[in-house]
Amino acid sequence: MITLDIQNLEAKIGDKQILNGLNLQLEAGKVHAIMGPNGAGKSTLSKAIVGHYDVAIVGGDIFYKGKSIKEMEPEERALEGIFLSFQHPVEIPGVNNAYFLRTALNAKRKHEGKEELNAAEFLRLMRTHLEELGMKPDMISRSLNEGFSGGEKKRNEILQMLVLEPDVIILDEIDSGLDIDALRAVSEGINKMKDGKRSFLVITHYSRILDYIEPDYIHVLKDGQIVKTAGPELVAQLEEEGYDGIIVNE
Amino acid sequence: MESNELDKAVSGEYALGFEIDIETDVAPPGLDEKTIAFISKKKNEPEWMLELRLKAFTKWQTMTEPHWGKLDYTPIDYQSISYFAAPKQAPESLDEVDPKIIEAYKKLGIPLEEQKQLQGIAVDAVVDSVSVTTTYSEELSKHGVIFCSISDAIRDYPELIKKYMFSVVPMNDNFFATLNSAVFTDGTFVYIPKGVRCPMELSTYFRINALNTGQFERTLIVAEEGSYVSYNEGCSAPTRDEHQLHAAVVELVTLRDAEIKYSTIQNWYPGDENGKGGIYNFVTKRGLCKGDNSKISWTQVETGSAITWKYPSCVLKGDNSVGEFYSVAVTTLAQQADTGTKMIHLGKNTSSTIISKGISAMKGQNTYRGLVKIGANATGARNYSECDSLLIGSQCGAHTFPYLESKDTQGQVEHEATTSKISDEQLFYLRQRGINEEDAVSMIVHGFCKQVFSQLPMEYAVEAKALLELTLEGSVG
Repeated sequence: MITLDIQNLEAKIGDKQILNGLNLQLEAGKVHAIMGPNGAGKSTLSKAIVGHYDVAIVGGDIFYKGKSIKEMEPEERALEGIFLSFQHPVEIPGVNNAYFLRTALNAKRKHEGKEELNAAEFLRLMRTHLEELGMKPDMISRSLNEGFSGGEKKRNEILQMLVLEPDVIILDEIDSGLDIDALRAVSEGINKMKDGKRSFLVITHYSRILDYIEPDYIHVLKDGQIVKTAGPELVAQLEEEGYDGIIVNE
Repeated sequence: MESNELDKAVSGEYALGFEIDIETDVAPPGLDEKTIAFISKKKNEPEWMLELRLKAFTKWQTMTEPHWGKLDYTPIDYQSISYFAAPKQAPESLDEVDPKIIEAYKKLGIPLEEQKQLQGIAVDAVVDSVSVTTTYSEELSKHGVIFCSISDAIRDYPELIKKYMFSVVPMNDNFFATLNSAVFTDGTFVYIPKGVRCPMELSTYFRINALNTGQFERTLIVAEEGSYVSYNEGCSAPTRDEHQLHAAVVELVTLRDAEIKYSTIQNWYPGDENGKGGIYNFVTKRGLCKGDNSKISWTQVETGSAITWKYPSCVLKGDNSVGEFYSVAVTTLAQQADTGTKMIHLGKNTSSTIISKGISAMKGQNTYRGLVKIGANATGARNYSECDSLLIGSQCGAHTFPYLESKDTQGQVEHEATTSKISDEQLFYLRQRGINEEDAVSMIVHGFCKQVFSQLPMEYAVEAKALLELTLEGSVG
């Protein structure tokens, strides 16, 4: 089953066209890795999917569970189950991390017609997840991302993912700036979310993260298009020959 | 947000702009010695008070209106204002208060009827130039606490008034304070005796109602040795096309080991988006930490008025005394605020904290102006200042003018200032988690104000949050 279906997507940032007729289908229960050189359009692709203001879609379409989401507000896409783990999560001073996350969770529960969680129920849920991710309990009472280290920010992204239980999960450079312990904790969090139904889109420069989150497909993105799709064996080849080698060989 | 709050928010209008339909005694416009004699007579004042008023008036005539604030407004014609307005029936007790006034206060969220009075909060209700009623006065008097209108205090406690009035803000302090000294009408007097911790929150709610009148209230709070009081003021006014002048004076005095916590939620009518109408708010507020180890803390949430000119200050005379200023000032529509504080360190080991948060939206202009002065004998003085500005949209402005005068080179002064725009990245982050744009903006703004709101008493913090939401409604996007 296809969760996210991107067809001939053309997108601009400012005056510059970045995506040039990109096609990509995410399968339910699968991990898709997108790799590619700098400037290939990896971040633009993730921004286009979640409806970031910077990106203007000028051609093609994005379907999620069979519906076009091109015109949907970012919060609607989120409520429908699309989640982006940001490459650089912003700091929001004075906004309590737990308060923020409970607001987000209850917005989603309300959208799904479920009852909202009260503070005590929510706290119990948080405690379990914090422990799993090796996060200090005081992380939830601090201001959202404020003064967090690189590793803490990424763990906090994964915490949000665990709590919100999205259906399509985009991980934009989740491994950048992580030490080995953080990388392991983050990967465990991600692997826990694999339930045979969710789709993952792992955007990365390096193959390191793919040792921890085993991908089902590798897509190579270059000049705003997917130029090659293969199984996990492609990672080793990429390591050896680089992007140029792979693409020349085509 | 409660659903009725939401309804109010969606309407995006000034919610307290109604008029109370009562018969009002209004003095004819104009200001001369006769006007002052009229006010004094209306209030049955003793002769000495009238003499002081006239002295202030003589001084005022030699003064000129100050224009150093970063404020742009049409000149005020002091002869076109009426200086006294009062509901016609002068009530002797609550039973005699016009039901329409009681109804209006209920609408403002302040029930005055005995059985419905707010738990733990005593209220002085002022309409235009007079105090209409004061709740819990008897209960408070059991503790020796005096809580009454300033007019009553002048008649009933002349010794205290003579001793403390003008002792913090001298009669000739500045143009607006001097005008107030001549024509002040009503306000609140609070006296906390030695060693008493005031058993409830005290508050005054000022309502401007009559057309074309100025409101000139005067408040005096005295905290004797080792006493404590938390006092709150709120205010609102009808929606009108004409500007109305509000020039108040507030004086606070703390003796040894005493503490006053003074909170303001200012919600005067702000005018419209073109600057039509709205209150001109020129206010002098100052506290004197007279005794050692005493403390004065100002917290203000300023969301209303077309013009705000206001610098609640602390004179730290006693050794080890502490002054604090926590402020959130919001300017939206065409509002202008020039506000801040003065911390005057005179005693040894005095310390002060300034946390100022300015929020500007639409065409709002927000200026922080603050002075930290460290006197020659103020060894060991410390100050920490933090001034942050938040801009919403691109037509508004934020300005910061911190001044420092230090005669003691050992003093420790720290100043931090930031200006930030609600960034698209912050908004997007919250929206990507399923929080709609409006809630996301409000979450960011509340986060920005948190340090100040946490200083407010609980009930008022809730009110301040709701008010902030209401004020910024429609100014986003």
